[in-house]
Amino acid sequence: MDPMAFDLPGIDLSWCPGCGDFKILDSIKKALAELGLGPLDVVMVSGIGQAAKTPHYMKAHFFNGLHGRALSNATAIKAANPALEVIAVGGDGDMYGEGGNHFTHTIRRNPGITNLVFNNMVYGLTKGQASPTSPRGFRTSVQVDGVHAQPFNPLAAALVQGATFVARAFAGNGDQTKEIIKRAVRHKGYALVDIFQPCVSFNSVNTYKWFMDNTYPLEDHDEEDFGKAMELALLQEGPFPLGVIYRKEGVPVFEETLAAYRKDDRPLFRREAPRKAVKELLASLAG
Amino acid sequence: MLFSSMKDSRDVCCVLCGAAGLGIQTVEDMLAGIIADEGFSVFGSREYMSRVRGGNNSTELRIASEPVDALIDRIDILVALSRKVRRNILERISADTVIFGDREELKGELEDLGASFVDIPLSSMAKEAGGRIYSNSIAAGVLLGVLGLGTKGAEDFYRKRFAGKDEVVASNIGAVTRGYELGLSMAGEGGVLKGRPRNPKGRKAIINGSDAVSLGAMAAGCNFVTAYPMSPATGVLSFFAKHAEKAGAVVEQVEDELAAMNMAVGAAYAGARPLVTTSGGGFALMAEGLSLAGVMEAPVVVHLSQRPGPATGMATRTEQADLDLALYSGHGEFPRALYAPGTMESAFRLTQEAFEIALKYQTPAIVLTDQYFMNAFYNLDADGLEWLDEPPSVRETEEDYRRYEDTPDGCSPFGVPGWGKGIVGADSHEHDEVGHVYEDFDLRTRMQDKRMRKLAGMTDRALPPVLVGPESFSNLVICWGSTLPIVREALGRLGRDDTALLAFEQVWPLAPSAEGILYRRGGGEQHRPVRRAASKNLRRGGGPHSAEIQRIAVLGGRGH
Repeated sequence: MDPMAFDLPGIDLSWCPGCGDFKILDSIKKALAELGLGPLDVVMVSGIGQAAKTPHYMKAHFFNGLHGRALSNATAIKAANPALEVIAVGGDGDMYGEGGNHFTHTIRRNPGITNLVFNNMVYGLTKGQASPTSPRGFRTSVQVDGVHAQPFNPLAAALVQGATFVARAFAGNGDQTKEIIKRAVRHKGYALVDIFQPCVSFNSVNTYKWFMDNTYPLEDHDEEDFGKAMELALLQEGPFPLGVIYRKEGVPVFEETLAAYRKDDRPLFRREAPRKAVKELLASLAG
Repeated sequence: MLFSSMKDSRDVCCVLCGAAGLGIQTVEDMLAGIIADEGFSVFGSREYMSRVRGGNNSTELRIASEPVDALIDRIDILVALSRKVRRNILERISADTVIFGDREELKGELEDLGASFVDIPLSSMAKEAGGRIYSNSIAAGVLLGVLGLGTKGAEDFYRKRFAGKDEVVASNIGAVTRGYELGLSMAGEGGVLKGRPRNPKGRKAIINGSDAVSLGAMAAGCNFVTAYPMSPATGVLSFFAKHAEKAGAVVEQVEDELAAMNMAVGAAYAGARPLVTTSGGGFALMAEGLSLAGVMEAPVVVHLSQRPGPATGMATRTEQADLDLALYSGHGEFPRALYAPGTMESAFRLTQEAFEIALKYQTPAIVLTDQYFMNAFYNLDADGLEWLDEPPSVRETEEDYRRYEDTPDGCSPFGVPGWGKGIVGADSHEHDEVGHVYEDFDLRTRMQDKRMRKLAGMTDRALPPVLVGPESFSNLVICWGSTLPIVREALGRLGRDDTALLAFEQVWPLAPSAEGILYRRGGGEQHRPVRRAASKNLRRGGGPHSAEIQRIAVLGGRGH
């Protein structure tokens, strides 16, 4: 499949010139194409934020919902039609802040979806306030004395909740990001890819150069070693490893555990009303 | 003489009360089944405290030859299993009430109310039968004896419920038999139901509000249920969970109501027929998602089962105070349909209607019930239930598919991802016909008009309110939802030929004919009549209305 199959002509992108999101979008298209997927196979699901605009910038099925709720939407779409390749995209504020509760519980549920988080450690759409992943001391028009709260650690949080695929990428490394996304999409179960992404307008700390200086590609790493993964996830200061930090196979996948599919593998939209079941239940209520 | 007031009455009203955990519900289930099998009509209603053990809960069983579907206050027979009977029961006791209780257990309670008190040594009889846990079966036996219904039904019930546990079955049967003999000895040969006409077939299905809503949803093809447990709406979630495989439905208890609603919208986008079930507090959390369903034109059905608010309010009590919430919830403007069934039959019918309208007009529909309705039950003839058409199958999309194609009636062709050649999009922003976010004043106007245009079709299809009584009324009583049978019976007792009832089971949009009736006699108050009725709610204590209702709110003069 040609990545250009995912191109959407005539769109007016609202991302700032030089934004890391362009590179991630490019990596997504290439990854999907290399996996042999086409626009009709994929549903791009998002909430609100700059990253959450991604579904409008490529050709594929799309569901752009509310701020923070993309994982709920995505889980349901996958559960309603498991044949669809469902990818939830959003930023750090959307996924880890507004959607924090869904992040936690989606990991527990382990649906077969891919979660790409464009982590630029700042709020772009609302113009530069701190995000859950902003470093301590980060000054903004709201956090005027610098961020006081401890930054949210998505990788460690995901690991603790039992995530079955946890990875980190950097938007500037297009090829590596593409390869990680391919593996995330192929993974059976929930796959988190936290993607470092420079915000050229509102984050003058975590720039392209900063990310290049503070990351390294993960090599000779046992992806199934939970202890080692946790050690890497808990690193407070760089350099930060890029790659698949943890992977666990064989954990039951949400949609495959559902009673709805035990005797019927059709997606929900193809099912008739279960009138016979209702009649049987009515008969049982008659004693 | 004991029970003399009951010999010729239209119905007999028995109430069992006692602490949570004493097995009152088991007795209620069993007796209701036996009464229906014996060819009588039975209505039941349960009231309980928000606790798992202790307190004092009660259940009413109203028995008659003719169908009964409403709560009454009068208590003919009260069986008290434990002390500290609450005021809501005490107030209903009259000189004609016969009270059964264990004097030792009750320590003198209930003996000075002017009613007949019959001491039955429940504790010692239960011990003889095998242990204290059998006191509920003794009580059930006493009632069966007084009513004259035999013990065979009870024996069958225990054999089925405790299949494989022969000792438990034997002890329960022993207990029920002891109670039965005692009851029979007091009521005389044949019991108090002796000589009453029976209906040997039909009306065998005992259905409560929770069953009726669940079965209606299932009949409509509901196949996706997400919820966070909340009284009194949880019964629908449990029903679907229990029958998920049979119904082919995805059922998931989620982390919060935001997830419940947003999953429902996601599922609807993918072509499922989703339902969320919640109460006022949970529904308040769903407000943003409801608005999302509005703009995404997602067919989502909400079951909103009311309880008293504000905030946590009274978790296990009843009230009709969330009509405004249901009508106005969600920011922005989008069409919605609101249903409020008054009977089990119409809950089955209207929940199907909610799915059909949600699907046809691609917008949310809400079914409003309440705690009273969820836990109330009666026996009915299942063959008489009304079935709407099965949902249409989803059509494959073409390459140039536009999810929000502008059409004369506002309804766009419904397509789903993964079925056909088209891209299927959905967006929470204002969007173009494909579904992409696009900021343009003209587009906005066109799309908002398109969505709101659906309301015209929904209004044409709206179900008219039920008018009971003379069409030439000079007084009109208005009610909505679960109070329908109660007010109907109250007005029947009143027997006035100048007073009619207008009961709304679809509360939004209002059928044009409803406006006509209200304009004719409404004294100038034809706007939002139901809403105004709701704001005049006279019952604020958390308990349900009863057919002995004494007061109604006056909304307007007798204008002609």
